[in-house]
Amino acid sequence: MEKFIYADNAATTAVSNKVLEQMMPYFTEQYGNASSLYSFGQKAKEAVNKAREQIATAIGAENSNEIYFTGGGSESDNWAIKGVAYSMAKKGKKHIISTAFEHHAVLHCLDKLKKEGFEITLLDVHSDGLVRVEELEAAIREDTALVTVMYANNEIGTIQPIKEIGEVCKKHRVIFHTDAVQAVGNIPIDVKDAAIDLLSMSSHKFHGPKGVGALYIRKGIVIPNLIDGGAQERGRRAGTENTAGIVGMGAAIEIAVATMEERAKRLAEIRDYIMDNALKIERSRVNGDRKRRLPGNVSLCFEGIEGESLLLMLDAKGVCASSGSACTSGSLDPSHVLLSIGLPHEVAHGSLRLSFSDENTMEDAEYILSVLPPIVERLRLMSPLWDRIKMEEKENN
Amino acid sequence: MYTEQVMEHFTNPRNMGEIADANGVGEVGNAKCGDIMKIFLKIKDGIIEDVKFKTYGCASAIATSSIATEMIKGHTIEEAVALSNKAVVEALGGLPAHKIHCSVLAEQAVKAALWNYYEKQGIDPAPILGENALCDCHDCDHCGE
Repeated sequence: MEKFIYADNAATTAVSNKVLEQMMPYFTEQYGNASSLYSFGQKAKEAVNKAREQIATAIGAENSNEIYFTGGGSESDNWAIKGVAYSMAKKGKKHIISTAFEHHAVLHCLDKLKKEGFEITLLDVHSDGLVRVEELEAAIREDTALVTVMYANNEIGTIQPIKEIGEVCKKHRVIFHTDAVQAVGNIPIDVKDAAIDLLSMSSHKFHGPKGVGALYIRKGIVIPNLIDGGAQERGRRAGTENTAGIVGMGAAIEIAVATMEERAKRLAEIRDYIMDNALKIERSRVNGDRKRRLPGNVSLCFEGIEGESLLLMLDAKGVCASSGSACTSGSLDPSHVLLSIGLPHEVAHGSLRLSFSDENTMEDAEYILSVLPPIVERLRLMSPLWDRIKMEEKENN
Repeated sequence: MYTEQVMEHFTNPRNMGEIADANGVGEVGNAKCGDIMKIFLKIKDGIIEDVKFKTYGCASAIATSSIATEMIKGHTIEEAVALSNKAVVEALGGLPAHKIHCSVLAEQAVKAALWNYYEKQGIDPAPILGENALCDCHDCDHCGE
């Protein structure tokens, strides 16, 4: 049997068997519309509300009414950011603070708002991939409508000082949203403790199905709808409920939180083992703080080679991973995340992200470490850039 | 995403390496863009006796430079001058639209090596290769630098 190691869980995860089991009845037997009055429909509604409770519990929300189902993380981000922006603009507040390495679902919303006259401040994330709370506080103005900072970065895995940011926002009475898509299910989250006002999450990142997510909106925060139409989600997000998807999401989050501590410990070991050994390859580096990072995230750069080639060669060896090179991002620049931590373009092109989940084992790590160095060497043998790097090294010595 | 031919040239590149006593060497692209191609030529009696390449870049970049060397090895200088990116793409069975520029780079790498050969021979390359044969990456529309 050909080797297959899926090390791209930050991109998406498999729906676990337990989750699938719970979802299935809602495709075929309990297919009622959750808004229908008859008991067949009400059964679907109960399932939706149960999932709502599961999610509220998972993130420490006061009330399950604060959880709204959406079509995914991007929709949640769009709703939160545009919603707060438009509602606060009416009060003369048109300044938004975010970070340089948010997901495009956040950054492109901000780009759009900027064109509409909003002022955007993007905080520096420094070479360790961490926002500085003092800098955030210093950026807050009278007219600041919103602070939006991702809980953990998707590419380099660094975990932001969310609780401290929440405190600062509370102190200055600024609404605080966090894109927690990568964090939910991997690290403990308590929205009350961290004074978070809005939080985005996405089911397929924690072994739930794709196409469903949620937005936590703290009671008292009122924002306009993103999607208008029927009265679903208490009139705040139209569209017939994706019952099976929602049930899956609820089941998945409950399992994720229950197994979190043990998984975090196990994955951190795998993560650190890979990073320690990969660093033995010359002219390599880890991206982002080594400690304040998601337990399953490994982000590395290898000088002198390019990411797409690296990924395809790993693919030929059965390993699925991702990279931040320009070729893999489909744009002319390498990933904005890697550039935001100060990496020169040519280093950022040679990036590799591995992200692990419950399915991965230490054997996977060993295998990856056995195939990675020869691949890097092979690509360097072909590379005029590597020749140049080695020549400069000689000259400097 | 890629044809069988592209994957074949990526996995088993032809003529990868250097020529110590090359009489024409050309390098195009830049590290910032993530694409650098270097072509080494050994030309004798008007024939490309030997050709080698080194490339830093994606699978398309490696495949286009590999096949370009195959297409000119053993051929005349004139045939090498006439090598077009279109011919490279055709030989590879096609490239995704956003990767066509890799084939352009391969054509330009060959031309850069030929330019260098002519210069070394004391012949003006411009009339043979064209005034704008040398790729100046900073003018390239693609990068918009």
